[in-house]
This record gives sequence, structure tokens and C-alpha cells, in this order.
Amino acid sequence: MANRLSVVDNNLCVGCQSCMFACARRFSEGGLAKSCIHVHSAGGIDKGFVVIVCRACADPPCARVCPTDALVPREGGGVRFRSQECIGCGNCVVACPFGAAMWDAEQRKPRICVYCGYCAPYCPYGVIALEEIQEATHAR
Amino acid sequence: MPADTLLDRVLYVDLTARRYEVQRRPELFESALGGTGAAIRLLEEECPAGADPLGPENPMIMAVGPLVGLYPLASKTVAMFKSPLTGNLGESHAGGRSAVALRMAGYGALVVRGASKLPVYLVIDEQGVAFRDASGLWGVRSSYTVGSVLRERETGTGLRSIMRIGSAGERQVRYACVITETYRHFGRLGLGAVWGSKGLKALVIQGKQSLPVADRRAYRRTYDAVFDAATKSSLMQKYHELGTAMNVVPLNELGALPTRNLQAARFEHAAAISGERLAAEFLGRRVACAHCPVACIHLATLRTPYPSEPYFYKTQLVGYDHEPIYAAGTMLGLGEVNDLLALLDEIEILGLDAMSAGVALAWATEALERGLISLMDTDGVPLAFGDAPSYLAAVRRIVSQPTAFYRALAQGVEHASAVYGGQDAALAFGGNEMPGYHTGPGCHVGWLAGARHSHLDNAGYSVDQKLAQSGASMTPTELADALLAEERWRQVLTSLVVCLFARNVYDPQTVLEALSTVGCPCTAEDLQRMGAEILRAKYAFKEREGFRMDALRIPERISQTLSPLGQVDPGYVREALAAYRQRL
Repeated sequence: MANRLSVVDNNLCVGCQSCMFACARRFSEGGLAKSCIHVHSAGGIDKGFVVIVCRACADPPCARVCPTDALVPREGGGVRFRSQECIGCGNCVVACPFGAAMWDAEQRKPRICVYCGYCAPYCPYGVIALEEIQEATHAR
Repeated sequence: MPADTLLDRVLYVDLTARRYEVQRRPELFESALGGTGAAIRLLEEECPAGADPLGPENPMIMAVGPLVGLYPLASKTVAMFKSPLTGNLGESHAGGRSAVALRMAGYGALVVRGASKLPVYLVIDEQGVAFRDASGLWGVRSSYTVGSVLRERETGTGLRSIMRIGSAGERQVRYACVITETYRHFGRLGLGAVWGSKGLKALVIQGKQSLPVADRRAYRRTYDAVFDAATKSSLMQKYHELGTAMNVVPLNELGALPTRNLQAARFEHAAAISGERLAAEFLGRRVACAHCPVACIHLATLRTPYPSEPYFYKTQLVGYDHEPIYAAGTMLGLGEVNDLLALLDEIEILGLDAMSAGVALAWATEALERGLISLMDTDGVPLAFGDAPSYLAAVRRIVSQPTAFYRALAQGVEHASAVYGGQDAALAFGGNEMPGYHTGPGCHVGWLAGARHSHLDNAGYSVDQKLAQSGASMTPTELADALLAEERWRQVLTSLVVCLFARNVYDPQTVLEALSTVGCPCTAEDLQRMGAEILRAKYAFKEREGFRMDALRIPERISQTLSPLGQVDPGYVREALAAYRQRL
């Protein structure tokens, strides 16, 4: 089965954004432009944090609205991004109800999780984890 | 200087002309790293000699450094300005998301010049600066509300810093702070009053850049070493667990916890407001600055019933640390957690520096006890140690200033005691209200000599505590040497804008490795030299503005209350100060 990144418990999140920086560091660079995770406060830091990751939908809405098939549904859930096919229309960014299709303003293309799990060990609080997708979690 | 990371871009904003421009200033970051080093150079350039700290000629500078956005714990922004509290060098550091946001917006430093007639707030991003009307936000009672409004009104959640002043800044209380991300502050030396004088209510800074590195493999390796040292070793454990509030009990046991305006150095209710008690019974959430896995920010839950309406409660999270517990707790004799948190919450609402506000209230209490001031002066508030409602009433009056006394108190205890007497008990050092230690001569020499009169300048309290433990002693010259070495090295850390809590993670070797991976190779000697140069530059500014080490006032109170190292001898303190200046 395929893997996906899962938010185990966002109540444990301290908002350090180490995961966001880790995601960009996959490309051996700093900053946040290439990050596919987003953490923001739930309306003020006292309210806690929202952790946005691609949940690897069984029938991904982002792929359905892609006019060039740059986003291809992956077997077991989620999508595969073929950058060379992408014309940068941004439909996927609008379609994802979680906001997990991030926008890379430098490349003018989306950035979507590749389910590699590089970020997870950089969360000291166990907020996120790489897990195998179970059928049950994908029942619609 | 790292290539292509935009660190050398300095954003100049003119509030008078409502214009901005970007200049590339690589030399600021090459020869002085960034942060403190870049900011003091910009301050020298921008601040005319003898400038009125509350006049449009006083610049407001913020700077970050080459590791921000690349390495964990490089999470601070350094602000520099001429302080309206001391009339001299103003330097204040804050975390939150400020540093990452400024760098991600594509700037290494920000210079704000002039003053706006109309209250404004600025939105700063990759595109530049938008000037927004803040006249509707001016006069809003609570700083929390200002944060909520800007959070809703502006974009960029998760990628931005929202800095704002409260009513204390608007009314130019000389120790008003700038609040960022609600629970972090440019607390000390009155940056909030400078913003108030400029009609600057808030800054929203946001962005999302890529930061290339010089050595990709070494970057990831060094990153992991720093990250592991911060999260898996014991180096930062105390900040992670109880936070700085873990100091309350040990300092009390040592007899080094300033209590009731330092009439004592032990507080009988210390355990009741300790880090242990707060963590066990009140801790509601722990949060972190951007790119810091340690999460030292501790927020306690304050549940307040409404007197007029049964079954209604206000539930508020209130930040706490050792210094606020000292200033609003032990210094005022408040030994109930709810009283302490309610006062800290009010201080946050108003936008005051908690440390200066607490010390000011403690001095005022003693002044009333001694008959230096009357109830007429306090607007009828019967200030007394342990009296929580009086402190809530008085702290609001520091901002509303209904009497000449509160107008004086709003200028700090140095000024108020010069007007009303009681200087022996006025605990200001170099014009700045004292931090929460009475460990021995080291702490007092440290914040008298320190360039920003802060316990974080050179950590004299730590020298004292080591001496208390070992039973050893130091000559004034040895003490000066120890403090100077520490303060020089700290210029390196604050120029890199590494959090000083991470000073044991970022040892010199780690700093050199990290700098090399991001394209700023240098040697250990370079770092030593830069540290000394930056400190000398700060002192050159101080002396240009009239600072004289031998003219510093030493409050008699520090010799009247015994420290763990015995009675603090003013002669010893003077000798150490002279040695410090001579070696600088």
C-alpha cells in the first residue's frame, strides 16, 4: 500500500514550523518557498495551530480539476505531480479543501506532498507521522 | 556574504514622506554578520547626535542575520533606536515569527525614519511596503484586539509577523513595549514609545523565499547536529520543560530573588508562584518561535468569573517567564497565581514592559509607605505590597496618567525618584529597571556595564551563582574580564540573531560550521574580533550620547539587602566598572 503523511494530533503542535523547513530542506535549501506543509495559528497563537498536509485522497479533487493531467492520481491515494505538464493555472490550489496544494510563487507552480516522510522526524512532538494508507481510512 | 539570499537588502521606510526604497548593503553583513552588528552601524548612520528619542529624527532599526530561515534557533530580531527611557542606546530583541518573516519578505534589515501625522500601520512583503490608515486602531483599549483585527484584515497567516503597540506606546510611556505574536516582545528600553511618537501602530511582515546554501551536503549535516543538540541533549532541557520560570525556586533558596522592591531577597510565597506550580496547575499551552523546536513559551490559563453575571468566565492565556514572575510577583509581594496572572494580563493589554512596570510599581509602593508621595499623587490608589487590586488600578494609571506623579512614573523610576526622592530604593541601572536577580556584585556590575543594561548582556548573575556554589571569589578586575569576554561573544550570537537560550548549542565551532555552509566562511579569530568591534561600536554610540561609566548611579538598596555573596560593596562595583571600561 501507499504511504501518506498524517496529522496524529495537532493539539501537540507548538507552531515551531520545523516540519515546513524540513520539507524545503529536501532540496538542500533553506527558506519556505518549496515547503508542502503549512502550519498556522487557529486565529491567534493562544488558540493552537492548524497543520495542513496532503491527506492523499482516494479520489483527489486536485487531479480532477487539472486541465493538463499534470496531477495524476496515485494508486492507493494521493497524486503524483508531473511538473513539465503543469501550466500553472492554480486550479488545484483552489480545489483542495484543506489548502494542501501549496503555491510556489517563485516557480509559479503548485507544490504537493510526495509522501516521503522526511519532515516527520523533525517534529519533536509527534504531531505528524508517515503511515501506510488503510482502506478503512479511505472509505467515502 | 551568502549569494542570492537577499540578506543584504535594507528596506528604508520614510513615514513622513510615505516613501520607501531598498538599498543593497552587503558590507553591513560581511563585516558585522547582521543583527546587532548591522543595526549599530545603521544606527550610527541614521541617528543624529543628541537626537530626541521621541522626535522624528530618531530612527527605528530592525535587523536579522545570515542563519535565519536556514538554521533552527536563529529566531530573533534585533531592534535598535535611541531609548526614550535612558536617553541613550536602545537595543531590544524579540522572537516570535519576526525574524523569519523579515528574512522571508526578502530583507536583512529595516530602517524606519520620520513620523506620520496620521496613525499608520505598514504591510511589508516581497513587493515592498503598503501604508495603511491606523487611525481606527489608535486608542483601542487592548493590544489583543489590535492583533485580532490585523490577523483578520491582512493575509499571510503562518508566514507573517504582526507587531503592534498598545495604549502605553501610543501615550509614549517610556517603557512601552512592541508586542509580536501576542506573547513575545521587544520589551525593554521603550521601543513602543518610539513607535507611538512616529504614529506607527503596527507592522505586518510576511514572505516565503528560497534560501540557497553554499554546501548542500554540509548544510544538512550541520543542521541535524544543531537540531539534535537542541532537542535530544540536555543543553536546552530547562527551557523546554518548566521554561525560565524554573529559576524562581533555586534563586529563592539561594536568597537571590528580589522581593518587595529588594527589601528582601527571599519571598515566602515563592513556591506558590514557581515554575513547578504554574506548570502543574495552570499551564495551558506551550508554543514556539518560528524555527525553534524548543518551545519555551509557556502560557498559563487565567479563568476570571464575571462578578455581575453568574456562570460567565473570561478565559485568557497569559505568558509567563522568570522575569515577569519576579517583576509582577515577588517585587510586589503578590503570592497568588491568579493575582500575578491578572496583573501580567493587564500589562499585556496596555503594552508595557513587564519588568520596568513591576519595578516602577514596587518603588512607588515604597515611596507611598515612606511618605514621599501621598494618596493624592496616586489618585487615591492605596498601593501596598501584596495588594493586587491596587496594582491593577495603578498600572492602568501609568498609561492614563491622571496625576503628575503617574506622568513622572511613566518616565521610569530613575526619573520619578529624581523628582520625588527615594533614589536609594529606585532600582534602575543605567536608567533601566532591574532584572530579577540579587545574586551578588556580578549581576549589578553586569547590568550597569552592559551596553543595554540588561541581564542578557553578560549574565553577571551566572558568574555570581558559580561563585556561590564553589565558594571562590573574584577580584573586581577578574569580574570585569569575565563579563567583558561574555558580552563580546554575545555580540556574535545576537548579530547572528541566535536566541541566547541556545548559547550552549551554538558554540564557536558550530557557529563557524554553520556560517561556512551558508557561504559566510570565517575564522574563530574573525568572530572574536567582530564581537569586540561590535561592542566597541555600541559603546562609542553610548559615549557620543553622553554615557559615562564613572557617572553611573549605584542604588544604595543593593548594599542594604544581603546577597548570597554577602553585602554588595559599592567600592568593589566601581572598581569593576572602571576595569570594564578600561579594557573595552
